[in-house]
Amino acid sequence: MDAHWSEAAHRHFKDAGVVQVGYVPDAGLSKLIDRCREDNEIDTVMCATEEESIGLAAGAWLGGQKAVVLMQSSGVGNTINAIASLISSAKFPMLAIVTMRGEWGEGNPWQVPMGQAVEPTLNAVGVKTYRAETDEDADKMIEAGLRMTYSSDQPIAVLIAQRLIGSKVWKAGKGDGQ
Amino acid sequence: MSGLHRREVLKSAFAERGDALAISGLGSATWDLASLGDRDDNFYLWGAMGNAAMIGLGLARARPDKRVVVITGDGEMLMGLTSFTTIGAKRPENLAICVLDNERYTETGRQPTATGMGTDLAGVAAACGFPVARTFKTEQDVAELGALLFKQAGPVMAVVKVVDESLPMAVPPRDGGYLKTRFRSRLLGVGAATMP
Repeated sequence: MDAHWSEAAHRHFKDAGVVQVGYVPDAGLSKLIDRCREDNEIDTVMCATEEESIGLAAGAWLGGQKAVVLMQSSGVGNTINAIASLISSAKFPMLAIVTMRGEWGEGNPWQVPMGQAVEPTLNAVGVKTYRAETDEDADKMIEAGLRMTYSSDQPIAVLIAQRLIGSKVWKAGKGDGQ
Repeated sequence: MSGLHRREVLKSAFAERGDALAISGLGSATWDLASLGDRDDNFYLWGAMGNAAMIGLGLARARPDKRVVVITGDGEMLMGLTSFTTIGAKRPENLAICVLDNERYTETGRQPTATGMGTDLAGVAAACGFPVARTFKTEQDVAELGALLFKQAGPVMAVVKVVDESLPMAVPPRDGGYLKTRFRSRLLGVGAATMP
């Protein structure tokens, strides 16, 4: 068993032949992003907004490369038209790994509405969602998700539950203001 | 006042295309690319406004052995302006973007865009790290467009100021799955594009 789900995720990327990883950073993704950035065989592309990563993944597939996109739940809101009108319209494969906010011990009320809207909005534009509550869930879902994405030309999102990532405690006057 | 005409400019530049891959942004740019004749290695967008340049980046990263040229309009490019920072950071040498800039949202009724009110797309691209970023305004200038799009090390941003004109529709296939698989089959072979 891996110490952290990101180790399994990276291993599955390698086994599946994923080359491009498009991402917008999130604290819950930092281990996986670091692991991909340190891997010389993976081409990481830092995007300014999550919508860009959807186009990147489609372009990679046009050229014969597999891609994965990484984003926080808030970023899902930025991807919806790109997924609906590009990925779903042209039947592109797409695997997204989404780290969740706004659902488990959330301390920032501004994160809650988008966090709660992630599954219904993704489902509405044709993306199948798997929810990972444990490291083992994440391991199996990313492995199965990659297989289904690239064998069956499906858009799939693996949602990493906030309960698994851990929620931040917000307190005025403490810490570094992150 | 004379001015540049988008399809004439494109036709003349694309004489130098060779085996370059082409992506077109939705609306006028897709009709323009189709007006040159349909090809398997064209991927026309009928949606996904703002994403043409990023599709170009993903393709250019996947195929460094090929030239990738994105043709789009000013409205589409303005919606994808953040991608300048992403492309500027990665600097793919084989990617060129050509914006046919008529300062209008043509498809929706020719409403003015910000490129007619001060936004300089080539200036933004240069500020984001594009080594080649140029605005073309005259016939004399535009003679160099083909070389910029198909030969010069990029990423290239070529903005062509064109007249606002009504042109006949040139309609390419619209089935996204067909366009995608056709493009991949041409590039990778039918087996690799369609078999598990």
